[in-house]
Order: sequence, then structure tokens, then C-alpha cells
Amino acid sequence: MNFKLKIWRQKASEQNGKFQTFRVQNISPDTSFLEVLDLVNEELVLDKKEPVAFEHDCREGICGSCGVMINGEPHGPGKGVTTCQLYMREFKNNQEIYIEPFRAKAFSVIRDLIVDRSAFDRVQQSGGYISVNTGSAPSANALPVSRENAGRAFSAATCIGCGACVASCKNASASLFVSARLAHFSLLPQGKAEQDKRVLKMVAQMDREGFGACSHTGSCFAACPKEISLENIARMNRSWTKAVLRKRQGSNS
Amino acid sequence: MIDIHPLKSSIPEGPLAEKWDNYKFSARLVNPSNRKKFEIIVVGAGLAGASASASLGELGYNVKTFFIHDSPRRAHSIAAQGGINAAKNYANDGDSVYRLFYDTIKGGDFRAREANVYRLAQISNQIIDHCVAQGVPFAREYGGLLANRSFGGAQVSRTFYARGQTGQQLLLGAYGSLMKQVDQGKVTLYPYTEMLDLIVSEGHARGIVARDLVTGEVTIHTAHAVLVASGGYGNVFYLSTNAMNSNVTAAWRCHKRGAYFANPSFVQIHPTCIPQSGEHQSKLTLMSESLRNDGRVWVPLKKEDSRLPQDIPEEERDYYLERIYPAFGNLVPRDVASRQAKFQVDQGRGVGVSGEAVYLDFTQALRNQGIKGIREKYGNLFSMYERITGENPYKTPMRIFPAVHYTMGGLWVDYDLQSTVPGLFVLGEANFSDHGANRLGASALMQGLADGYFIAPATVGNYLAGLKEESLNLEDCERAKRETEDRLTKLLNLKGSQSVDQIHRKLGRILWDFSGMIRSENSLKKALEQVRSLRQEFWNEAVVPGQNDYKNQELEKAGRVADFLELGEILIRDALIREESCGCHFREEYQTQDNEALRNDENFSHVTAWEWSEENKWREWREPLSFLKVKPSQRSYK
Ligand SMILES: Cc1cc2nc3c(=O)[nH]c(=O)nc-3n(C[C@H](O)[C@H](O)[C@H](O)COP(=O)(O)OP(=O)(O)OC[C@H]3O[C@@H](n4cnc5c(N)ncnc54)[C@H](O)[C@@H]3O)c2cc1C
Ligand code: FES
Repeated sequence: MNFKLKIWRQKASEQNGKFQTFRVQNISPDTSFLEVLDLVNEELVLDKKEPVAFEHDCREGICGSCGVMINGEPHGPGKGVTTCQLYMREFKNNQEIYIEPFRAKAFSVIRDLIVDRSAFDRVQQSGGYISVNTGSAPSANALPVSRENAGRAFSAATCIGCGACVASCKNASASLFVSARLAHFSLLPQGKAEQDKRVLKMVAQMDREGFGACSHTGSCFAACPKEISLENIARMNRSWTKAVLRKRQGSNS
Repeated sequence: MIDIHPLKSSIPEGPLAEKWDNYKFSARLVNPSNRKKFEIIVVGAGLAGASASASLGELGYNVKTFFIHDSPRRAHSIAAQGGINAAKNYANDGDSVYRLFYDTIKGGDFRAREANVYRLAQISNQIIDHCVAQGVPFAREYGGLLANRSFGGAQVSRTFYARGQTGQQLLLGAYGSLMKQVDQGKVTLYPYTEMLDLIVSEGHARGIVARDLVTGEVTIHTAHAVLVASGGYGNVFYLSTNAMNSNVTAAWRCHKRGAYFANPSFVQIHPTCIPQSGEHQSKLTLMSESLRNDGRVWVPLKKEDSRLPQDIPEEERDYYLERIYPAFGNLVPRDVASRQAKFQVDQGRGVGVSGEAVYLDFTQALRNQGIKGIREKYGNLFSMYERITGENPYKTPMRIFPAVHYTMGGLWVDYDLQSTVPGLFVLGEANFSDHGANRLGASALMQGLADGYFIAPATVGNYLAGLKEESLNLEDCERAKRETEDRLTKLLNLKGSQSVDQIHRKLGRILWDFSGMIRSENSLKKALEQVRSLRQEFWNEAVVPGQNDYKNQELEKAGRVADFLELGEILIRDALIREESCGCHFREEYQTQDNEALRNDENFSHVTAWEWSEENKWREWREPLSFLKVKPSQRSYK
């Protein structure tokens, strides 16, 4: 197969970027999308030119490192896949493919296709955990958790933190990401004690990082490689409201 | 002549079952109010590094955690699929701390240290308690209690799991605890920062030289102790199941500053991976070993049989693992399963276009448990397989082949996880400690977390409490920094005609062909010669474009491949001098009549630890292994 790639090149966050065109030929449909970028880069390197910077690590859809806009879609065509799980058989021969970084106010470009997603870490830091010091845990089976809730908590916890939800949203909202973290904990009895504090802090941090408000378009769900449910956002909104009320009541009484 | 050097393993006194308690009782403690005076550097934020950083932060130490990824959550640990072992005996099927210990020692083919392994089995249960408390959503039974499954090399169900994403869930747990400490100001994170040298001053590890991967800035960071948890070196083979950025650099730079490297040739080749499909391939994908619980491995009886699997009748199939190993069947340890797959392929019974694969067949399990049952257990693995190969494993058997997966070798450590450089501790896959010549499934996560949550906090405290006020020689720091900068310049001056990847691929090919699943004196000597000349080739012909002062991924790669090229040599030499077969290390010359590994306990019941003496020259040391509790026997899974 042959393709015309239009790849975003940008030296650093404060510089302007532009598309650069590459033609690749004789690509087997079983080649992965990132392996095509590898080929482009190998040629650039042999030409002593700067290769395209892009982030990737596990190449099996779990680390959340990869993730670029492909023809305007985060992680490209196909449902439930990350960029590294995309194969060229998904494209048409001679197709023109635009490849850009995830764009959002909270994600600045580091170089070419790499963006800074440290905002996610800071949201996490503000409350995305259950406080338990090493050594202090009770015996594991002391606290049964219904299989159903464990399963739902697990599904929320499969978020890989790639940022596709943010990139897909017209408001660059991180609601799906944050709500998935919250749901994971609030569905488990272990997570109940800190529930109010957690939702208030994480939502506040999300706003502080410059993520927008939920656009209610569901684009994040469509883009999410792990198909994290929109229900989590509704659950987050409910628990945030409850937490605010309880906090007011608490300070009134 | 080889020196028998008293590599001091520092095993505590007392009966095996009491050693860890004895240790903790006699360990020196740092007074809580003094802990904040100590700075600890942790390199790595995978399971081992994140758990250590969090736990040390909780104790009140000042921790600085460095990692090459943008976030701790991206570490290679995230990819672990199958599960984590513990001796809870929830299945009531006869498990115990002793049995987990015994299985691990035996699985490692009697090349691991008894005391360490026993401690690991003891701690395993606390790990599960802790992870559940953190909210790790392990699989559960209908009654709400934790579920278990069995895993390769064990006859009991002791593996805890979160569908096929156990590593992800455990790492998110550790990451959460770590981020809490960051929030509390006890841990400072250094993302996108690569350790490029260890600072040794007055004989003690006192810090690191690190490079900011975004700005290129090289900086000195000092501390009272350095913990390296930078993962394994499987990527020396180029193609492996490891994440693309996994590398040996942090460990290797420690090695060059005096930390001995133990058993580098002990590399695990995992039996169930998706076979390579072409030259362009950048990495191999693991299909979790848990699949062997329900999948049956077979090849056609007839050589070069080109029929489709469904057209081959039962009686013309060879379920060779079940045939050769009736007791363990498809659940034999990894080294055994991998080697048998290679034997079948070498005899011309391989399947698929390349003939380099065997079948893993779920027909029977699908019949017994239904599609739903199988989807529940392995859904994500099946879809991963289909996505990569374009074949539907619910309909046609998977094709699998062994691939490099895990490195049992690593920096040598004593019982305290301290290397031969005082103050330098090594955790997780980066050390050589517990798995001997072969690791059992679901044991790496257990070990990484045991090291980080429970062992290091005790042993590092013991070290710090005994630390005399040492003067840190600033010249040592400056020198290390200068050397790092010189090296970066040297790499950036490479303007030849081969890409770093091209050279890395060649290195991988040499190691896989001559020092892979089956090795011989001849093949290893050939490999040695070729790796040495490839190293020359690298320094003469590689090309590294660009500059230092921005995110330059080719420069990062070049530094790592340069280290792999040095490691490659010692890996081969280690295999060469070990004139026996044990676990993953299979020397053609040393096998039983039925092609099983033939150990030589009389001469090789030891750990080999290599000391870097000067540029690419090593000195060999040995730590003898004695087995007081378990009598080494010929491993049998029949
Ligand atoms: C596909 C796959 C599946 C697996 N499944 C299982 C399983 O089911 N059960 C099991 O027990 N084991 C499994 N394993 C093995 C297990 O995942 C690993 O052994 C384990 O996760 C290693 O953890 P670690 O913390 O030692 O290292 P890693 O998770 O590799 O972390 C290394 C850390 O070091 C950092 N780092 C590396 N170099 C530097 C440097 N120079 N400077 C600064 N930082 C650096 C990285 O950024 C990272 O944070 C699996 C392995 C693979 C490949
Ligand atoms: S590289 Fe890990 S998710 Fe794509």
C-alpha cells in the first residue's frame, strides 16, 4: 500500500509548527501505524535529518503513551484501539493521512507529536488514591466486595490516561478521565471514607489545569480506546453535588 | 583460576522461617524525627520504584524519584497481564508459604538463594492485603471474596488477577500511593529524566547524574542512598515483549561504577507470544500464560503438514506437552514449554506460513465453558490476538512462539538488596535476586512489590541508621557529570551511515541465533566475536542526528544501545562459562537423554557475578549457593 502522510512538525512549545509531507510506499497492510512512522524516521535518520518525535512504549494499548490525531480523530479510525494498535489495513490505498498532536490548552506541545500531559498527574495527586500506608492494611478477604461492583470498578480503572477524551472534546474537558478515576474508588467500600474530599479536590484541580467543562456531546466516549462509560461523568456530577452540600451542612452545623 | 570471593550475601541467622523476623528485630532503626534529614534517590517508578518511593515517603524520608517516562503510570509494569502470586491458600488446595517457596526454588532450577526466596513467599500475603486496601480491583467470586487461578509451574491456584490487566491495576495502586506522597511533599518526581551515571564518593553511592530528556540539561543529584528499580534488560535482544523504552542503562552505569552484574545469561524466553510477522516488526506481543490453563498446545504429527488446523484430525495431532509431561501438561514452567516448542519447530512440525509457531487451541475449553466463560476470562487477550493477526481465536487455534520476556539476571544484591556498592540498592527486575535460572509466572509482580513495599523500607533504614557522617566529595560529582557530558558529545558526533536501530537489530539477531533458547560453546564463541565487532561498527558507523538541547529520541536510543552492546558481551561470556544447563540456560552439550536440562551442581551451584574492571574487561566472582531446606533434585514435571 502507498500513503501520503502529512505530519505535524513543531520544534518546541513556543515555536510555530507546520505540516510536512512524506510519501511511503510498499507498505504491507499488516504493518502497524507506528511502524510506518518508524520507517519514515529511519529514512530521515539515514539522511541525517531530524526524525519525527512521537511518544510510544508498550505498543499494545496499555501504557497510554501513544496517541495522536489521525485525520482529525484521536487514535484514528477504529473503535476501542490506541494509535499503537492501529494497522494500515484500516486505511485505503493512496490515502492522505493527517497526523497531529493531541491539542488542548492543558496539553502543550513538547515536540512534533509529543504533548505534555503532566496535568493528569497533578489531578491524580490532588486526591486520586485511597490513603493507606504500607503495613496497615487489614487481611484481604476481611472486606468482601460484590463481584458486580468489583467488575464496574475495574472497568472504570482500565483508563490508560492517554488524553484522547480531552483531545476529542470541543471544550478540552477532562471529565471522562477524572470521573473514571473517581468511579473506580467510589464503587469500592475501601474508597468511601475519602469520597467527598476526593471529588472536591480532583474537580478543583481539573479546573485549575485549564480543562474545560463537559460539552455533553459524548465525543470523549467515542474517542476513548478503552470505551470508558459516560455513566462515570454522571456519577461524578452527582457525587460532587452531594459533597458540596454535605460540606455546606458540615460548616453550618 | 577463579577467585572465590566472599561476596557477602549477609543472610541473617536462624532457621529459614525466622530469618526475616530476626533481621527486622536486629535491624538498626532511624528515629522518626531524624528521617527527614535523609535524602533517598529512587530511579524508576514502575512497580518496584513506585512502591519503594511511596513507602519510604510514608516513613518520613525525603525521596526523589526519577523516571524516563512522562508519568509513573507508563512504566513497563503497566503491561503485566496474568497475575500476582501469594500463598494465601484461599483455594484450600494445599498451598502454603513453604510450598510457594519450594515451587519458586525448584522453578528457578536451584540457582536462587533460599533465604531471599523464603522471605518473598512470606511477604506475598501482605502484598495482597495492601493492594486490596489501595483499591486494586482484583477478580472476585460471587460471594465477594477474592478469586484465584493457577499459573504455569504451579499445581495450586494462588494467582490473584484483574482480568488480563493485573500489572496495570497494581501499578495504578502504587502510583496512587506515590502521588499521595508527592502531594504531602515527601516525594519529588523527576519525570522525563534519565539517570546516566551513579555518583560514588568515598566508596558509597551518593547520588546520580541525570539528563532532562526534554531540555537536555545534565544535572547532579545527591542523596544518602540510591535505589535503582529501572527494570529488566530483555531489549538487548531487540525483539522482546518488553516495552520499547525498557533498557539497561541505569543498571549498566551502576555496573561500571562498581556494582557487580549477576547471571546476565539468565534470560527468560516466554512460550506464548504472537509469532513475528515480518522484518518491519518493532516488538513482540505476549499472550498471557494464563491461556495455558485452558488452551492446549499441539503440532501436527506429520512434518510440514500444510493443512488448516481444523482439517487435521485428533489422532494426527501431537499434544506434546500433555504427552511428555502428564503431571503438569500444558502448565509446565516457561523454559520447558519454550524449549519444547523450539524442538517441534526444529523437527519441521511448526505451523503457520513461517513454520515458526505451534498451536494453542481452545476448542475443548470453548465446548466446556462456552464462549461467554472464555470471553470473561480472556476477552481482552483474544481481541488483542485478533487485532494483530487478523484471525479469530474463538474459531481457529492461536499460533504462538517463544519470545524474550524477562531477565532473571541483573545487578547482584545481598539479602538487604544492597549491591556491591554500599548505599546502592537494587529492586525489581533490575536485580538478580529471587528467580534463579527461571522465573515462575506471576512472580515478578510479587517480587517487585515485596522489594518496594516491604524489604527496602527496612533494609535502607538499617543502612541509613548505620551511616557515619560521610563527607561527600564534590569533585566526584563534577567528574561524573563531565564524563556524562563527554559521552553525550561523543554520541552526537556519530555521523555514519547506519541507524542506531539497524545496529540494535543486528545485535538482537546475534543474541537470538547464538545465545537464545539453545546455546553451545561453538555458537557462543561465534556470538562473542560478532558482538565485539558490532560494537566497533556502532562507534564507527552509527548516525545520531540532531543536538542535545531538546527531546532527541535518537540520542536517547543511542546511549541505550551502546550499553546493550557492552552487556551483550558479558551475557554471552556468562553463558559460555556456565558449562551446564539449568532453567532457561540450555547448553546443547549438557542435556539428559530426553532433552531435559542437565544441571551440574558439583561445579555450578553458584551465582556468577561479574565485576567491570576496565573498558570491556571483566573479572568473574562466585557466590556459592547452599540448600539447607530443599534438596536440589533433577526438576521433573512428568
Ligand atoms: C508483557 C508482559 C507481561 C507480564 N506479565 C506479568 C505477570 O502477569 N505477572 C508477573 O508477575 N510479571 C509479569 N511480567 C513481568 C513484570 O511485568 C516485570 O518484571 C515488572 O513489572 C518489572 O517491574 P519493575 O518495577 O522492576 O520495572 P519497570 O516496570 O520496567 O519500571 C522501570 C522504571 O524505571 C524507569 N527507568 C528505566 N531506566 C531509567 C533510567 N536510566 N533513568 C531513570 N529512570 C529509568 C522507567 O521510567 C520505569 O519507571 C510481564 C512482563 C511483560 C513484558
Ligand atoms: S504505546 Fe502504549 S498504549 Fe500505545
